[in-house]
Amino acid sequence: MTVASLTAADAGTSVPLKRRLKRAERARQVKALALVVPLLLFLLFTFAGPIAGMLWHAVDDREVRQVLPQTVAALARWDGKDLPDEKTYAALASDIQSARAAGTVAIAAKRLNYAQNGFRTILTSTARNLKTVPEPGTAKETLGKINAAWRDRGTWTTIKGASGPVTGFYLLAALDLVRNVDGAIVAAPPDQAIYREVFARTFLISLGVTVLCLILGFPVAYLLATLPPGRSNLLMIFVLLPFWTSLLVRTCAWIVLLQSKGVVNDSLHWLGIIDEPLRLIYNRFGVCVAMTHVLLPFMILPLYSSMKAISPAYMRAAASLGAPPLTAFLRIYLPQTLPGIGAGSLLVFILALGYYITPALVGGAADQMISYFIALYTTETANWGLASALGAVLLLATVLLALVYGKLVQGQQVTGGMKN
Amino acid sequence: MSDNAALRTPSQRIAWTATILISTLVFIFLITPILAIMPLSFSSGSYLTYPLPGLSLRWYDDFISSPRWMNSLKNSMIIGVASTALSMVLGTLAALGLAQWKSRFKPLVLAFVLSPVVVPGVITAVGLYFFFAPIGLTGSYLGLILAHTALATPFVVITVGATLQSFDTNLARAAASLGASPLEAFRRVILPLILPGLASGALFAFATSFDEVVIVLFMAGPEQRTLPREMFSGIRENISPTITAAAVILTTVSVILLATLEGLRRRNERLRGGAL
Repeated sequence: MTVASLTAADAGTSVPLKRRLKRAERARQVKALALVVPLLLFLLFTFAGPIAGMLWHAVDDREVRQVLPQTVAALARWDGKDLPDEKTYAALASDIQSARAAGTVAIAAKRLNYAQNGFRTILTSTARNLKTVPEPGTAKETLGKINAAWRDRGTWTTIKGASGPVTGFYLLAALDLVRNVDGAIVAAPPDQAIYREVFARTFLISLGVTVLCLILGFPVAYLLATLPPGRSNLLMIFVLLPFWTSLLVRTCAWIVLLQSKGVVNDSLHWLGIIDEPLRLIYNRFGVCVAMTHVLLPFMILPLYSSMKAISPAYMRAAASLGAPPLTAFLRIYLPQTLPGIGAGSLLVFILALGYYITPALVGGAADQMISYFIALYTTETANWGLASALGAVLLLATVLLALVYGKLVQGQQVTGGMKN
Repeated sequence: MSDNAALRTPSQRIAWTATILISTLVFIFLITPILAIMPLSFSSGSYLTYPLPGLSLRWYDDFISSPRWMNSLKNSMIIGVASTALSMVLGTLAALGLAQWKSRFKPLVLAFVLSPVVVPGVITAVGLYFFFAPIGLTGSYLGLILAHTALATPFVVITVGATLQSFDTNLARAAASLGASPLEAFRRVILPLILPGLASGALFAFATSFDEVVIVLFMAGPEQRTLPREMFSGIRENISPTITAAAVILTTVSVILLATLEGLRRRNERLRGGAL
């Protein structure tokens, strides 16, 4: 009886206890997640949302269909092989009339001008000269008289191509591509094809700065990792102070140092090395020097921590087994620093890709990187579509590299910096 | 040099000497620009060249008496302090939550939380510009504070998270077993131990906002220009010694932040050393 009741009591509570524990654990997890949610919502509003909005701007194409709705509807039925029918011309004439009344001609003109240089003139001159709605059946003739461009199939292809609501136009333009009259993707005309060169330049400057940082940073990281802690902590100030100094201060300092009457030129002149001041700034040289200075700590710090994790026992073992110092360095030490080299180089490269302030202040017109053009099209010319498309390409490159970086750093943590 | 004993062969000595030599040159490269700009702010002349014609404080006087510069300093402080406070609240809560949360989505959430650091400033700035303009948040303090908080919070999550990771949860259990209420345990046991981590997070957040210029370029109206933003126009338009005075002021702030951070790190090491 007693035994039976005990067992029964046991059976009665043990299942609920397990469940209770599980429930308590679940409640804990929900509470933990609830602490993270405010930040997630905040970032959704101040970061993810804005970036999604930017990506949307890269494909958004509603200006023309809002200003010329009837034309866009009529063109949807057009096969694009010959000139559109009379109805389409009448639709355009009517659209232009109402757009002029609403004052929205310029909005469509601006968008169409991106696709075809000179379209602004075609549309505004037509709006100006189209006094009344043409008699039924005469729209084609009237418009053709006002501007011969309306007798050109390409003009209509341009409008059809910009009818939206979404477009690949800006993304193609960011890669120097356009659709031709027949809708095939072809290379943009040479006078508009500048972005591939800008991307190549951005890539080359970033690569050059990364290589410079690696060459300069490796010996420093090695020295800091090898010296006893007291002295290396002291020397670390030389790395951390620039790291913490404002980017603007450092950029300003380089201008002061490198300008034609700057400290470097004066010193070289005083030493009798040069007669004329060298051009050290507002060119590629200045950009590379200033960017290397700014990004060098980002190389030294990961390299330092990966070297710090290498036990000196490995080198001693190599030496005791008869490896000459150079061989031991190349085959034992260097391979163990590879994750650090990879992490540091990727970090510097990612940061360099998006650089804006330093090239804008110490570079010439031919040294501006992709960020400069994104900023230019956003604030100066208000070509938001193109700015967003260029941004989308830069974002894609950054995210891909960041994923590789994440994998690399994760691997390092797991193996304690001793992969390979 | 502890492993000088290992430097037996001449070639090793040469390699070591070369390392020291190159490193010295790199240290000079790193530090010279920052040192070179400082004396110029005390020049009595108006050219940014050496030798100085004489010493004076006229450029600091110029800075203090210029409403533009003083306003920018005030703006930097307002935006810096406000976004630090906001990012501390959001970041500390998130770090506490992430420390306890077990899920296979955790790496994904963490990557999302840290992503504002990786995404190029121009992209964030353009996105915010498009997003905030229609709702009237461009050209306002609130917009800048929100944007800087998004950039600064990842640093708080990292620093506070690292502190929590090394925190011994047995101490909290010990406090509870000795009769402390959860709040009391937090206030008297947990908080003092993670305080250095919180302070480091706050310093990182403040430095991030204080140094940020790309978002300010896109979003600030003339009223909200910060110190780096004012320096940016100054460098673009004409570079006067007043800018070097501003640079010295900014650098002084950086040095104070760095020294405080180093002090906190040492204190933390001592505490942990004592606990062992």
